[in-house]
Amino acid sequence: MQDLTDLYQSVILDHNRRPRNYSVLPTANRVGSGNNPMCGDQITVYVKLEGDRIADVSFQGSGCAISKASASLMTVNLKGKTIPEAEAIYADLHKMVTTGKVEDDNMSDLAALAGVYQFPARIKCATLGWHAALNAAKGDEKPATTELPGD
Amino acid sequence: MNKAWQNIRADFPILDQQVNGRPLVYLDNAATSQKPQCVIDALTHYYEHDNANVHRGIHTLSMRATFAYEAARERSAKFLHAAEPGEIVFTAGTTDSINLVANAWGDENLKAGDVILLTEMEHHSNLVPWQLLARRTGAKLRYLPVVAGDSGALDLAQLAKVLTPDVKIFAFTHVSNTLGVINPAAELCAAARRVGALTVVDAAQSAGHMPLDVRAMGCDFLALSGHKMCGPTGVGILYGRKALLDAMPPYRGGGSMISNVEYFESKWAPAPQKFEAGTPNIADVIALARAMDYLDDLGREAIAQHDEKLAAHAYARLAAEIPGIRMLGPAHHRSGVISFDLPGVHAHDVVTMADQEGVALRGGHHCNQPLMRKLGLSSTSRASFYLYNTEEEIERLVQTLQKIQKFFAG
Repeated sequence: MQDLTDLYQSVILDHNRRPRNYSVLPTANRVGSGNNPMCGDQITVYVKLEGDRIADVSFQGSGCAISKASASLMTVNLKGKTIPEAEAIYADLHKMVTTGKVEDDNMSDLAALAGVYQFPARIKCATLGWHAALNAAKGDEKPATTELPGD
Repeated sequence: MNKAWQNIRADFPILDQQVNGRPLVYLDNAATSQKPQCVIDALTHYYEHDNANVHRGIHTLSMRATFAYEAARERSAKFLHAAEPGEIVFTAGTTDSINLVANAWGDENLKAGDVILLTEMEHHSNLVPWQLLARRTGAKLRYLPVVAGDSGALDLAQLAKVLTPDVKIFAFTHVSNTLGVINPAAELCAAARRVGALTVVDAAQSAGHMPLDVRAMGCDFLALSGHKMCGPTGVGILYGRKALLDAMPPYRGGGSMISNVEYFESKWAPAPQKFEAGTPNIADVIALARAMDYLDDLGREAIAQHDEKLAAHAYARLAAEIPGIRMLGPAHHRSGVISFDLPGVHAHDVVTMADQEGVALRGGHHCNQPLMRKLGLSSTSRASFYLYNTEEEIERLVQTLQKIQKFFAG
């Protein structure tokens, strides 16, 4: 399974096996949820927002290795960021998983998701947790779903 | 086995290809089956020689198309052992057929407090139309449960408790698309009849896989899809007892379904035309009849035995050779659908990785979310077999799952 190591890089496999910040966050003041009705993935993201800064973030849910690892990476990468910074990181990530182009050096461990673009059916897996987190941080109570226009 | 089985894979041109550098192993037959050359030829022949609108045409092509379309209705009646061709309504598929009954029969006959009985293993297509009907009429939904554990069997001990005289209609699947369970359809229909309830049988997973006799089964309605039984997509059948179809109001209005139209009211054509408004799916109906010929040449009993043999073989090998695998559904007497959970590997990862090996599986909730929740799973992986699958392909499946397990164990 040589080609699959593009998709399932060791960073992904590691975050799938040991998802970071995988818990309910007792201090959270925002909660967001996301679901992919086509495949049944469900995720809840807990955000502790201080001003416009994401002071802490965690998640729980069920999904495939890609969605779980991407959500785990999301918590690691968004902790401490302001909402505009978080949105900028997500914009780069979205570009990467839809085009394969790694935007700049600060993608660091997120670059492990670059292989997703070769598997168009799995792009939604990689973006679900991010949607849920950004919605929560921005105070949008609606669950993120993969079945609305735009990823 | 008769000679129609010799060289059966050559009948399906699509099977002869490489996917991701490996020979295709197509194990997603519960989603849709592949089409034999004779069905593809029937479509092509219709469009190359006979294409015209049916019923009102007087010219030669229209008469040819009408003849072939109505011959397909006779063929379908024979396929299902219906009493007459007038009991066959052509629809877009199982979902469309069930919606027809839920609307045309349901709106007219159900009132608040009546009960619609379903089972816990229904596909969304035999669940959501009834939820919509319940909302429109105030009728209540009730479920015949599935036994605890992973066998997936209906809990028939509960049948008398849920099938009470306030049940007006009992809709259930003949074969589970998720667990491969074959339900005792005749027994369920007889029980419903005793309390005066009508029955709707979802035969999407059984029609192309085993002999079907609607009169022996004793059902009032039966729904099937052409594309799961070697026929084209976009065509299906609603079988209904003639007296019931005659008494039902139309479902959709339009051309072909009327006998007389005035500006303020119309009279309906008799069933089944009453339910076939607009230009029907002529080419696909004709090709579906060709698929029925193909299946009967092979013998549906022989197909059932072939499916069951492959499923039993796959079940036994996966259970024995994939450590920790959770097999769902019965070990024996099942259809060709195998569902399983590989601990620690999500079904969508299984399917993506299997695809890289040329093996087409399906992963997810299989349009069966409530049952998945009951089993404590969000998704399963599913391999579903059909008449062209082989034991060598099961070997490829076992090897692939072993590879996947190794990969994720890291």
